[in-house]
Amino acid sequence: MSENRGVLVFSEEYDLMLEMIGKGREIAKELQTELAVALVGSNVQKKASELIKYGADKVFLVDNPALERFQAERYLSVLHNLAVDYKPDILLIGSTKNGKALAARLATRLETGCIPDCTRLSVDKKGRLIGERITYGGNAIARVTFRSRPQIVTIPAKVFEKLEPRDRNGEITKLDVKIEDPQTEIVETKPLETSSRNIEEAEIVVSCGRGLEKKDDKILLERLAEILNAQVGNTRPLAEDRKWFTEWVGLSGHKVKPKLYIACGLSGIIQHVAGIRDSKIIVAINSDPEAPIFEVADYGVVGDLYDILPALTEALRKQLS
Amino acid sequence: MENAKKDRRTLCGHLRLNCLKICRYFISKRPFVIIVHQDKIFIGNNYNFAFPSPLAQNQKEVADLKTIIVCLKQAVDVSQLKIDPTTGQLLTASAPKKISDFDKNALEEAIRIKERIGAAEIYTVTVSSEDAKPVLREALAIGADKAYLVNDQSLQNVDTWATAYVLAETIKKIGKFDLILCGETSLDSFSGLVGSRLAELLNLPQINSARKISIENGNVTAERTLESAYETLKSKMPALITVTREINQPRIPSLMMIMKASRKEIVTWTTTDLNIQKEKIDEKVEVTEVLAPKTKRKKIMITGENTEEIAGKLAKALIQEGIIRR
Repeated sequence: MSENRGVLVFSEEYDLMLEMIGKGREIAKELQTELAVALVGSNVQKKASELIKYGADKVFLVDNPALERFQAERYLSVLHNLAVDYKPDILLIGSTKNGKALAARLATRLETGCIPDCTRLSVDKKGRLIGERITYGGNAIARVTFRSRPQIVTIPAKVFEKLEPRDRNGEITKLDVKIEDPQTEIVETKPLETSSRNIEEAEIVVSCGRGLEKKDDKILLERLAEILNAQVGNTRPLAEDRKWFTEWVGLSGHKVKPKLYIACGLSGIIQHVAGIRDSKIIVAINSDPEAPIFEVADYGVVGDLYDILPALTEALRKQLS
Repeated sequence: MENAKKDRRTLCGHLRLNCLKICRYFISKRPFVIIVHQDKIFIGNNYNFAFPSPLAQNQKEVADLKTIIVCLKQAVDVSQLKIDPTTGQLLTASAPKKISDFDKNALEEAIRIKERIGAAEIYTVTVSSEDAKPVLREALAIGADKAYLVNDQSLQNVDTWATAYVLAETIKKIGKFDLILCGETSLDSFSGLVGSRLAELLNLPQINSARKISIENGNVTAERTLESAYETLKSKMPALITVTREINQPRIPSLMMIMKASRKEIVTWTTTDLNIQKEKIDEKVEVTEVLAPKTKRKKIMITGENTEEIAGKLAKALIQEGIIRR
């Protein structure tokens, strides 16, 4: 039996941290242990009591001007210190690009395992964590468990729900941690043109693939999106091969889970499908009746997006008015 | 001697690049001489055509960057995966393998850096429980100078910890390097942990998910796209960088390159050669099940006499789903 106890949650993305607290609460209850949160940053102390309202039993507050921006070695040293002193049994870390690198380095420093990008989490009879993750390019779900302690998993945004905040009792501990110097220097940061959260949080997404002949033809999607109050996305070839856009929807890009995903002129290669798998309803519009996207669609239309999209926009306009 | 040979290669490459210019100028003036003197190349009997020598131009960077190591995974080609029709199990063992796409981008980037800078050796490192030589031949054809393969039965089903550990020990045995490039994740398992684990084991600065890399004065600068921001990071070398697929378009080797690759060396080691203790590569995590994803989709095809009718039916169906608000 290992001496590690408790669940520790961390993400540099505040919303994602709240979502993980929701899930962490459930796991802590099952294991009859406590849920702690690492609140790391500069000038963040005012958020500590809010984290308790969202479900934390304990907040480890590490507030230091050096932690204003995420820098791998600085954050790593904080989390490593916490893991050594507090000895959590389970660490839930937000699966952002920085969070994943952090989790991987922390797991290595602690000589333990890490299960990345878990979309489901449960506890087995022995009290071990079981994580489910998409693998083989979206062709399979792997169930993975631990043979080492602590158990570190990373969790993508929008997988779990945050709890309703309510008044609870909790303990806030302010910690002074020795912070390592960073080995890389931030030369420049600038915000993305479109925040990725826009498309990842959208309730409806209209998306196109190689069937789109010209960049400007995206207006056809935008017109439909306007009626549906939707976000517009695209596949990777339009971003990478044609360089029309800088972002895309798919396993290697934005993973979306809208209530409605309208896929226009995209064939539905497995990596794209893996990024839209959790959509509630998928509509496929493609001129090739053999396109694999129809296999994963709820509604399919065989036709040219240049004909169907304007007609659909018009039909919705009529039926919604 | 080795260096002289390398310099000659670099010069020849440079002259080839400039050969159009040279031909145009000297078409009627044969024979002519080419003289390399200090930082200039002079062409023609009166030294009337000169341009800077690539050797001089990059001397500083050459000194800075001698060896690039690229980690390559032999991955299951997920586009060719088949499902056993009776059991519903994924047939991963029999599926064809290839260099993981992301790692191919890392290799391509290493070659581009070498092309910009002139003289650098590119070594690939692969950890596998099977003979990955055919796949590594492709890497050599694309442009790697030497491939290292750790091939050992004990490496079957290794997790990201063990993979990174063996990679680290291999790289330590290879010796000096300036830059390690990895794909940000792998085509089949899609974990995205090995690069960061390796950086930690080798105590290297790391930048993950780079979509642009530049090298200057012993520093490497990389641009990356985060969830809500672009970020440019700079680090001293040696460093480890993982790359995205956007960073470049990997080249397809020519027949000539494929033939040349057969003369390049593949060094094969086992975990014993690397003095790796068995317990060091014990699994930290274990995959208990691989399930086919459940997709319960309605798969309703909407047809009609004309576009308007189809669009009308689709609009109606979507409204009835209760997703679209009036």
